[in-house]
Amino acid sequence: MSAANRSKQALAQWLQGRIDRWESLEKDLKQSSDKKTYDVAQTNELIDGVRGAAQDLALARQVLPQSRITQFLEGLLLQGHETVHRPPGSVWRALHQLYIKDGPRIVAQLKWTIVAAITLFILSGVAGWLLIANYTELAPLFLSQPMIDEVQSGGLWTDDLLNIIPSSFLAFSIATNNVMVTLFAFALGALYGLGTIYIISLNGLMLGGVFAYTAHYNLHVRLFEFVIAHGVVELSVICLAGAAGVGLGEALIRPGARTRSAAFREAVSRASKLLAISIPFLIGAGVIEGYISPDPSFSLLTKTAIGIGFGILFWITITGWVSRFERNGVKELSNAS
Amino acid sequence: MEQTAQSRLNITSASSVPISLQIAGVGSRSYAFVIDWHIRALLAVAWFVMIWVIGLAIDNVSFSSLLNSGTWIPIIIFLPPTIIYFLYHPILEILMHGRTPGKRMTGIRLVNTKGETPTTGAIIIRNVFRLIDGLPALYALGFCFAMFTKNHMRIGDLAAGTLLVFDNKPRTSTAKYARQLVTDSNMSLQDQELLVELLERWKQLNSKTRVSLAQQFLRRVGVERKYLDEKLLEKQLRELAGQ
Repeated sequence: MSAANRSKQALAQWLQGRIDRWESLEKDLKQSSDKKTYDVAQTNELIDGVRGAAQDLALARQVLPQSRITQFLEGLLLQGHETVHRPPGSVWRALHQLYIKDGPRIVAQLKWTIVAAITLFILSGVAGWLLIANYTELAPLFLSQPMIDEVQSGGLWTDDLLNIIPSSFLAFSIATNNVMVTLFAFALGALYGLGTIYIISLNGLMLGGVFAYTAHYNLHVRLFEFVIAHGVVELSVICLAGAAGVGLGEALIRPGARTRSAAFREAVSRASKLLAISIPFLIGAGVIEGYISPDPSFSLLTKTAIGIGFGILFWITITGWVSRFERNGVKELSNAS
Repeated sequence: MEQTAQSRLNITSASSVPISLQIAGVGSRSYAFVIDWHIRALLAVAWFVMIWVIGLAIDNVSFSSLLNSGTWIPIIIFLPPTIIYFLYHPILEILMHGRTPGKRMTGIRLVNTKGETPTTGAIIIRNVFRLIDGLPALYALGFCFAMFTKNHMRIGDLAAGTLLVFDNKPRTSTAKYARQLVTDSNMSLQDQELLVELLERWKQLNSKTRVSLAQQFLRRVGVERKYLDEKLLEKQLRELAGQ
């Protein structure tokens, strides 16, 4: 038998001997996506299978380069590698990490950006107020014609809201809109932060302008009564999303020692955690805006208490007072023991 | 450690075996997107047709009068298509491990820079940035980024650390195919691979291509062609393959 034939026969034997193992590994990997836990024997079998596939791939690349079998083994190894090295997933652990550890740390890192975003919002609000207070004819910049007509006839466009749309639907559509505005304020930061600055300024100008116009007709207290219950959290989240967006812009302008794309990716990862914490609060604000804000049976005092209370809960959560409380609790427990 | 070069994502696995994935270009991305867009459009049209039929069946109400009813009914009509439009990509990419029907048909999938399926968080971030990639219209910004960045990444991909690669998911038929290789024949393994591949694709080819490829193959392996008829040629090829 020639050397060529011998090597071919060896290859054939190797191939026939390995096919069953590849099929078995392929089957295990398919099942693994549905499995939450493995026993030790199954885990060892899977790890051995992936190791074996790596060795087979190295050999296949030499003897069968560019072949379908080599491609198959590459896919098998990649899938196996991902399965074996997949970090354990636990929703509660992830939430704990997000709310107790990551959120407060990120807020601390971004604290001056958050202060700047809030200041920009307040200044824009004041500018909007001064603009409309001095030039009432500019109200169509911020209010639609039906809203202006309503105010001029002594009412607010929010007065009959519950007669037109049911609370559940109102809450859902408002929460969706809030989430979209927040995501926009954040994502527009990719335009070197300018898009975010535009969104914050526009929202501030609109709020100030609308309040000035309603004040002109002595309706500002009624507007405040409508806004206060949900507004504290809603505006806080928009400012926070704005700060996150400005953070993206800063990463692009001043990436430091990292590449621009690495700095951008890091800033997105950091800021998106902040948004993930904020979104449940935005949904809560939407529910309040659908059920409580337009309902005249709630007094101004009640609405103010709800708004301030919900706002305090939001800021306590994102600034990490909960985690401080938890840390102090743990310290006290360890001191006691 | 991973690095990207010349539109390939090179990964070194924990077992020190390097794996290289081909990065999908703008053409494949756009093709997948167009398929997905049509699926979303079809779902939306199906929903509107259903509303129209229900409106007619219940109270002989036309679709336009439902839209002009001035209450929350128009919102209910437009809500499901809006939800499908915005959540189609993130939900399917999470459930299908970085794929959507369009991506699957195009043969591409989403991975992170380590070549693994991206996390849920990364997929959500990637899709949030569609708001920017879609600016000013028709995904112009995203298209420009995908065209001019080294690894064909749009802003969402840059933000989430993801990229689209050609899918080399193991094909279940490969093990079966490997068994079919006639390892005791005189043909080289490469020729045997070619033969099995040709026979697998036989039904997808037109008559003229079948005869032409069969002739080329027989000439390559130095076997005399016995038949002119394509069915008999197939029989000759199957005999060679030991099937």
